[in-house]
Amino acid sequence: MAGFTFKGGIHPYEGKELTKDKPIRRFTPQGEMVYPLSQHIGAPAKPVVKKGDRVLKGQMIAEAGGFVSAHVYSSVSGTVKSIGKHRVATGDMVQSITVEGDGLFEEADPLPIGEIEDMSKQDVLDAVKLAGIVGMGGAGFPTHVKLSPKDPDKINYCIVNCSECEPYLTSDYRRMLEEPEKLVAGLKIILCLFDHAEGILAVEDNKPDCVKILKELTFNEPRITVKALKTKYPQGAERQLIYATTRRAISSAMLPADAGCIVNNVDTVVSIYHAVIEKRPLTERIVTVTGDAIADPCNYLVPTGTSMQELIDASGGFKVKPEKIIAGGPMMGFAMFDTDVPVIKTSSAITCFSRDEVARYSESACINCGRCVDVCPGRVIPARLADYANNHDEDMFLKYNGMECCECGCCSYICPAKRQLTQSIKTMRKLLLAKKKK
Amino acid sequence: MSDLYNVSSGPHTRSTDTTGKIMGIVLLALIPASGYGIYHFGINAAVIIVVSIVTCVLTELVYELLMKQKITVTDLSAAVTGLLLALNMPPTAPWWLPVIGGVFAILFVKMLFGGLGQNFMNPALGGRCFLVICFAARMTDFNYDGVTGATPLAMLRAGEAVDVKSMIIGNIAGTIGETSVIAIVLGACIMLALGVIDLRIPVAYLISFTIFMGLFAGHGWDVNYLLAQLAGGGLMLGAFFMATDYATSPITGNGKIVYGIALGIMTGIFRCFSSSAEGVSFAIVFCNLLVPIIETLTLPKCFGKGGEA
Repeated sequence: MAGFTFKGGIHPYEGKELTKDKPIRRFTPQGEMVYPLSQHIGAPAKPVVKKGDRVLKGQMIAEAGGFVSAHVYSSVSGTVKSIGKHRVATGDMVQSITVEGDGLFEEADPLPIGEIEDMSKQDVLDAVKLAGIVGMGGAGFPTHVKLSPKDPDKINYCIVNCSECEPYLTSDYRRMLEEPEKLVAGLKIILCLFDHAEGILAVEDNKPDCVKILKELTFNEPRITVKALKTKYPQGAERQLIYATTRRAISSAMLPADAGCIVNNVDTVVSIYHAVIEKRPLTERIVTVTGDAIADPCNYLVPTGTSMQELIDASGGFKVKPEKIIAGGPMMGFAMFDTDVPVIKTSSAITCFSRDEVARYSESACINCGRCVDVCPGRVIPARLADYANNHDEDMFLKYNGMECCECGCCSYICPAKRQLTQSIKTMRKLLLAKKKK
Repeated sequence: MSDLYNVSSGPHTRSTDTTGKIMGIVLLALIPASGYGIYHFGINAAVIIVVSIVTCVLTELVYELLMKQKITVTDLSAAVTGLLLALNMPPTAPWWLPVIGGVFAILFVKMLFGGLGQNFMNPALGGRCFLVICFAARMTDFNYDGVTGATPLAMLRAGEAVDVKSMIIGNIAGTIGETSVIAIVLGACIMLALGVIDLRIPVAYLISFTIFMGLFAGHGWDVNYLLAQLAGGGLMLGAFFMATDYATSPITGNGKIVYGIALGIMTGIFRCFSSSAEGVSFAIVFCNLLVPIIETLTLPKCFGKGGEA
């Protein structure tokens, strides 16, 4: 098993040097806080407060709307100003609770969670659920659901995705450098749930300092290994990560648990630690504010609900006028047309570019060069899939394994004709998935 | 509303490679072969090269203007076609021969099928094959320096001895760009180093051809004979510069290998069993026609269903 990696992938400009040496700063929000009720995959949460109510920091303001859902907590103390639609990073209008902070940060009682020594597996799962933890790498899948596979005894690997393969992001990197013991402790809590599992900390080899620190910390942990993965995008894509670390491969229709694996992101694991040990709900996360348009790029510990504009202001604002602002990184992030958007549980970064590269190019004819085929981690043929998608040929799209696309964006990145391959394929997949649900 | 930021679907970053840049690298990589051709054969070679490139670019430009299409000559693909066509012509060709060939290549082989990327046959070779059929005598007139220039492959077929060393240097009769193996390989190295081509097609082509010739050419594994076959008849130019043409080779990884093997076998068949001693161009245009089938038969398995390893 020479070099932990997968076939395909790309090497985009990393841009991490802007913020990798900037220690995490605690950010104190001044303005209104907005808490969307859908910060996760699954049913939206249901508000348990009403307009005018006083709420405390760490108080539940919306409860899970089903099993696949998550509670939402206030990250400040203040008054509920309104409950209504608010724009989120994806551009959608989502039902949200707006809280006017009073600047006191008065804390609610800790969560009713017992001591770890006395907790059963179910107690741990309940604690994770109570804290409202979701996958903080971007997908936002409720973590208690992930940690409740059909047969926990069949889980062999609990992988922590420390790869942070997305360009420009350094939030996981800083977390690993500054609070590695919380990460390891969080992983140990997850391992309590799975008797036959081994813990893997999967770090890309462009972060040798993290590999070293984590190796030192886990020296005496027989159940935990640190694996240095080849630096390549999308090394952190769930299926590719599982393959790189365990040589097990799953198709898009399978869950990691089908291959005996459970994958969690760094911040998610740290949040599990916060919930179980410190009895704190998920009300904050690390956000990298970066890009060439930002005066002082930085990593922040940010209460969820904070306006992205406030974070940009805290970073000295723009030194040049930005053309494009992305929630997340340049590969998988969402471009936003304005910044009156809250930081939510899944917001890893705000990337501000003075130049919109994509707008500089216009699409031209496919020259059949095959670069998209060579870089595709899903091993499909993006050029053909995009043609079928554009012609709305569902049968051929399915025959050419269109549903196996992970939407990582490698094909669009590499295409010399600058075709919007990922966009076409994504659109078709969305249509077909919606059709399947009906 | 002018203060809104740009939005688009991800990814929000792009590699710096463009079609024009790739074609520019191919042109650059053809400089050694073209330069040697001009040095070796004299000024008429330069005239043919210039006429051919100008014809191809103008044909595409005029067609697009007349059809009110987007002008695409700046992607340099027409210039590449023109240069490759010229390198496939004898140095004795009159100036109007590349004009006819260039118009045929661009108009009939490329533009009428939808332009760049849509042609099913390599335009330069389509043009050359058209000329070979229509102007057989002129296209096979390899006299130079006043000497009757039989190509080494013709001599080989006639049972005469050939000097492999001068074939590798390029001091022989032939088309403008095909004679010097050194110049061609130098250009190929440029393309390989800059990631424009990879070795799958050329290596599969050269290996399968060598094996075929060893088995069926009647000379066994005579190293001198096999080297002469590899170095002669434009095989190197074909393997590195024309078989690797994106639009007319399979997009799938395994397809590229199958295509290379098919090329080796077809070239071998033409060289061993046809009336001519050459055969690279016809082998490539024939195999171009097999590409859709090869692609369908070599669809990769996707990740998670056996394609990951």
